Amino acid sequence: MAPLYYSITTEEQNVSLTILSKSAFQEFVARLLPHYRVVGPVPHDIGYSFEEIQDVTELRMEYPTTILPPKKWFLPPKETLFKFTRKNGGVIQDPPETPPTVILGVHTCDLHAIQLLDTVFSSGQYDVHYMGRRKKTLIISIECLSPCDEHSFCKDMGTLTADEGYDLHLTDLGDSYAIDVGTQAGADLLQNYSSSSVATKEEIQKLNAVINAKWPKFSYRLDFDVSELSSIMELSMKSPLWEELGNRCLACASCTNVCPTCFCFDVKDEVELDLVTGQRVRNWDSCQLDDFATVAGGHNFRASRALRQRHRFMRKGKYILDAHKHLGCVGCGRCARACLVNITPVSTFNELYRQQETGSH
Amino acid sequence: MVTIASYPQMQTGTIMDRDIYAPGLGTIVNIRPLTSLEKVFTIQLPEGQSLGHRPGQFMEVSVFGIGEAPISISSSPSRSNGTFELCARKVGDVTTALHNLKVGDKVGLRGPFGRGFPYENFRGKDILFAPGGLGLAPLRSLINQVLDERNLYGRVIILYGARNPGELLFKDELKAWSERDDVELMLTVDRGDEAWTGNVGVITTLFKFISIYPRNTVAITCGPPVMYRFVLMEFIGKGISEGNIYLSLERKMKCGVGKCGHCQINNIYACQSGPVFPYKEIKGLEEAL
Repeated sequence: MAPLYYSITTEEQNVSLTILSKSAFQEFVARLLPHYRVVGPVPHDIGYSFEEIQDVTELRMEYPTTILPPKKWFLPPKETLFKFTRKNGGVIQDPPETPPTVILGVHTCDLHAIQLLDTVFSSGQYDVHYMGRRKKTLIISIECLSPCDEHSFCKDMGTLTADEGYDLHLTDLGDSYAIDVGTQAGADLLQNYSSSSVATKEEIQKLNAVINAKWPKFSYRLDFDVSELSSIMELSMKSPLWEELGNRCLACASCTNVCPTCFCFDVKDEVELDLVTGQRVRNWDSCQLDDFATVAGGHNFRASRALRQRHRFMRKGKYILDAHKHLGCVGCGRCARACLVNITPVSTFNELYRQQETGSH
Repeated sequence: MVTIASYPQMQTGTIMDRDIYAPGLGTIVNIRPLTSLEKVFTIQLPEGQSLGHRPGQFMEVSVFGIGEAPISISSSPSRSNGTFELCARKVGDVTTALHNLKVGDKVGLRGPFGRGFPYENFRGKDILFAPGGLGLAPLRSLINQVLDERNLYGRVIILYGARNPGELLFKDELKAWSERDDVELMLTVDRGDEAWTGNVGVITTLFKFISIYPRNTVAITCGPPVMYRFVLMEFIGKGISEGNIYLSLERKMKCGVGKCGHCQINNIYACQSGPVFPYKEIKGLEEAL
């Protein structure tokens, strides 16, 4: 648990809270490298991305946001579901083994998104491909202490912190990290590969001060409380806004491609040059693309961009919440950054709210 | 580990070690052309396994190297006998490849998927079937189930429409049904030909010829998207209650397991909650019809 404020009454109550100096953290990561595939935020010329690192110096624990969310390590943009042979039609299940993996530096918005994806792929029909990777992965998340940019609205969406979903959770105290242990696996990792110490009274006070100072730096951007979002969406099916967004939308699918909670996919067969063997692959797909809901006979059940934008925002604000008890939007702002025509969730949700308040539709 | 998948039996609950996307295999044991576009494939499962399906459910059918497509099961559980039938129109990549297969060839199979017809609840009632075009393929499963336990139901009325006489499906069965005195069958075509002596017009033109007892009637339709609103108006116009009207809806069911998103009707995954829906359940869904 990462409560907003840590009790300093007795040290026994905070045994899960440990301290690692920044140099000791570097050492910790270096010790993980021979035993784990270590993934973390790495700078590129156009932004940051979650990449496998070979050396701890590649890692940037302080970063604004990444172009793609860490989702790609569990649900890759393209993956092989199985191989087949067209002779006798045999299915060959030969999944590559996922190496034990540690993902470092996951922001809490992405942490919330991963919890949603875990629910989607483990409930109902169990997805061995996603869950196989997920179960081999430990997540070391980090508390955000300042907003990444003007597009994020994590504070509105309740994702500016997290009290579960991580194995270890870091808070930057300047020259050290306070580490909250979320799982036994996280505790073991810390125990086996680091020389962390139990937080002192002063360190807990410092942590409280850091967390105390962070919240005012983030502003609310929605004009309503997020608990109202689902009902606002429910009443917005016939809003004129969808037509307006549809007229602007280029149906490029950038929004869904960068979204940490989007999980729709397409499945295709690929045949090798021998024309006998091949593989069935799963690719990320997007409800914003023209033929997403087109059946073989040619009928498109969501033929207009307006209907497709509506579907996207309905999923984000309502459908996914109804189905999985997690909001389908975590306020990371990636879709707003990626959109070429400035369609953003904040302006969309606020406009729907305004239309209802003023009865303008 | 390399394993060759055996046929995955439909199971309930969460199974952690089985790949829900890996098809099992079935063998095509008979192919029967119905029209220039539709063929019926009889498929046998390994080791005499029974499919254990419910009328209205569908299969994900693979032609390896081409892909996978959802196809409704056209045979009734009452006639399973170790095989089942799929009626496929040659319309997309997978169904075109399927049409090129021969007896003895194998296909990949996942399923059965989705919610079928709760036909046990129809017992004692009159049933009005109104399939259009290829919509007869899934409804045939239920029609034959009902006919195989005929004494458990009231009247069986079938109104079937196709674009022209050449596109009428299952003509041999239509003939057999028309010869039964416990089935009321009426056919119509949008455009007749020289040999056609029956009704000409869309399916709704048949409704004026029937009188029913609406409080004891279950009405069922399946057909091209454009048809549903008009047939629903006829059902409602006959006084049939919304809870007694069932529709089987076509969608792009890619994964069949409620994940890929392609078949969504608003918040509903048609592959899981459908394809069969009582009208009252989908009446409020903007994207349903």
